[in-house]
Amino acid sequence: MMRPPPSGPVPYEREFAVRLLHDMLRIRRLEEKSAELYGERKIRGFLHLYIGEEAVAVGALHALRPEDNIVATYREHGHALVRGMPMGVILAEMYGKREGCARGRGGSMHLFDARTRLYGGNAIVGGGLPVAVGLGLADRMSGTERVTACFFGEGAMAEGAFHEAMNLAALWKSPVLFCCENNLYAMGTPLALSEAQTDLCVKAASYGMPAQKVDGQDVVAVHEATKQAQLQARRGDGPCFLEYQTYRYRAHSMYDPELYRDKSEVEEWKTRGPLHTYSARLKAEGKLTEQAFLDLDATVQAELAQAVAQAEQGSWEPIEDLARDLYSPASE
Amino acid sequence: MRTLSYREALREAMREALAADPRVFLMGEDVGKYGGAYAVSKGLLQEFGPERIRDTPLSELGFVGAGIGAALGGMRPIVEVMTVNFSLLALDQIVNTAALYRHMSGGQFSVPLVIRMASGAGRQVAAQHSHSFENWYASIPGIKVLAPATVGDARGMLAAALADPDPVILFEHAQLYNLEDELPEPWESDIRSARVRRAGNAVSLITYGGSLPKTLAAARQLAEQGIDAEVIDLRVLRPLDMTTVLESVRKCRRAVVIDECWRSGSLAAEVMARIAEDAFYDLDAPLARVCSEEVPVPYAKHLEEAMLPQPAKIVAAARATLGDSQS
Repeated sequence: MMRPPPSGPVPYEREFAVRLLHDMLRIRRLEEKSAELYGERKIRGFLHLYIGEEAVAVGALHALRPEDNIVATYREHGHALVRGMPMGVILAEMYGKREGCARGRGGSMHLFDARTRLYGGNAIVGGGLPVAVGLGLADRMSGTERVTACFFGEGAMAEGAFHEAMNLAALWKSPVLFCCENNLYAMGTPLALSEAQTDLCVKAASYGMPAQKVDGQDVVAVHEATKQAQLQARRGDGPCFLEYQTYRYRAHSMYDPELYRDKSEVEEWKTRGPLHTYSARLKAEGKLTEQAFLDLDATVQAELAQAVAQAEQGSWEPIEDLARDLYSPASE
Repeated sequence: MRTLSYREALREAMREALAADPRVFLMGEDVGKYGGAYAVSKGLLQEFGPERIRDTPLSELGFVGAGIGAALGGMRPIVEVMTVNFSLLALDQIVNTAALYRHMSGGQFSVPLVIRMASGAGRQVAAQHSHSFENWYASIPGIKVLAPATVGDARGMLAAALADPDPVILFEHAQLYNLEDELPEPWESDIRSARVRRAGNAVSLITYGGSLPKTLAAARQLAEQGIDAEVIDLRVLRPLDMTTVLESVRKCRRAVVIDECWRSGSLAAEVMARIAEDAFYDLDAPLARVCSEEVPVPYAKHLEEAMLPQPAKIVAAARATLGDSQS
C-alpha cells in the first residue's frame, strides 16, 4: 500500500545535492526548536509544524527563480526560510517581537516578505489561491516572465475558492503552479471523508491543466517535477497542478491531541522520512559522509542558536504604534 | 457646465483612468459586450479590448481575490461586483485578505484595489437583490468605503480611489444611475470629507448614497413648513468625517440620521453613537434615525415603499425632534 522509501540516484552535483539536505535540516531544526519554545510559552497562539513535509518546500522552491512569487499557508515557516527570510526574523515574529517580519502582528501563520516575494502566510484555507491567480494575471498582463507558486493543503480542495481559482487560472492562462501539499488530513479529517473523488489529480485535470502526482517525501522527485512544471507555466502555457504526497509527523497544531490516526501509521510514514532517506542516498553515492552530515547539523544548530538569541533579545513594538500599517502613509 | 447622468459620470471616470494608466483594468461579470449589468462600462470593451475590460465567470470570491492578487502584483484593478448582494460570496477575500494584508504583513504589502458595486432597494427586485450592507463594510479597519451620491462624486471619487494605495469600495446606489445633473468643474476628488448639501439651522439631516435625494426632498418639504433643515452627505463611510457632522449638529442642536440599512447595527447607529459621545450636551432633543424596517425587502411596490426610508418618514422624524408630537 505504502510506497517504498525514496531511493535511487541523486542527479545533482555535490554542492547542490547537499544544499537540499541543508535546507531540509534547517527547517527540521527550526520546527523542533519552535515546538520546544512553544512548550516554554515563548511562542503562543497557533503553531503548525512542517516536520515530515520538508522535501516539498525545499524541492519545489529550489526549482524557482528569486523573482517568482510565493503564496503559502499557515504552515509556512519552511517556505519562508528556504526563500531567504532569516531564521532570526522568523523566530522574532513567532515571539511577537518588533524584529519579526511583521513587527509581531502576524505570528507563526502570517510570515510575509516583500524582498523574496512571499505573499503570506495565509491562514484561511484556500484563501491564497485566488490571490495567486491575480498575481499571475498581473505578470501575464505586464509581460513579466515570472511564475507564482501557490501552496495549499489537500483540505483546501474542498473549498469553493479552489474551484474558482483553478477555473480562472486555466481560463486566463495565469502562470500559477498549484502546489498541493497532500498530507492526508485536513486537521483531523482524512481525505476519504472529505472528498468524493480522492484522486486529486483527476479533480485538477478537469480544469484543463496538467496534473501530476509526486512523491513528496523525495526531494529529488519534487524538484524535478516542479522544474518541469515551472518551465511550462513560464513559457505561457498556463497553470499546472502538482500533488505532493506527503505526511505530517507532528500534530496539526499544538492544540491537536491526534485522536484521528494510529501511532503505527505515523511510524510507518517515518520510514519514508525525507531527511534520513535522502542523506542515505547521498552517502551511498559518496556525496556525503557521516562527518559531513554532523558538520552540516552543527552549522544549522549554530544558525538556530543565533536566531533564538536574536528573538530573545528583540524588543516589543510600542503600544503607541498599535494602528501602524493599517493604511498606507500616503493615504492617511 | 455639462449635464450627464451618474452612470455616464462613472463611465467617463473609468475611461479616463484606463486611458491614463496602463496598469488600470476593469473586471467583473458581464462588463464587456453586455456593457455591465447597469450599463456603466458600455462601450469600453471596444475602446480598450478584452484584456483590460475583462469578463469574469460567476466566481465572486475568485475574481475579487484575483483582483487583490493583481493589485499586489503591480496592477490597478477596478473590480465590479455586480451588486452588494453578491459581494457576500466574496466577503472572505475582502475582509480576510484585502483589508488585513497591509497590517498583517507589517506594512510590507498594500492592496491598491478598487471594488465597485451597486447597492440598495427601490426597484422591485425583491429580497435577494436589494440589500444595503455599507454598514458592514464600513466597520472593517483596513478598507475605505465611499458612497458617491451625486454626478460630481461619481465622476471624481473613482480617480481618487484608484490613486489610493489601499483597498477602496465604492457603493453605487442602483437608484442613482439614471440621476442627471450638471457636472461641476472642477469636480470633487476628495475622499476624506462629508459635504453640506443644503445649509440650514433647524435640524441636521445626515445621510449618504441613495438616501440623499430622498433627504433633500424631505428638506424641501420641511422648508415649505418653515423648518430650515441642513443636509449632510457623508460621502465617505470609512473613515467617517465626524468633524463636519458635529459642526452641523452643534449648530442645529437636533439630528436625524437617514440610511437604508436595517435599523439594528445600521450605519445610522454608529453615527448616532458618535454624536452622543461627542456632542451630547449640545443636543436639544433625542437623536433620531430613519432606517429600513427590519424585514427582508419585499417585492410588491407598496410594501417595498413602506419598508424603506421615504421623505415623509424623514419629515416626521425631523419634526419630532422639534417637538411636533403629531408626527
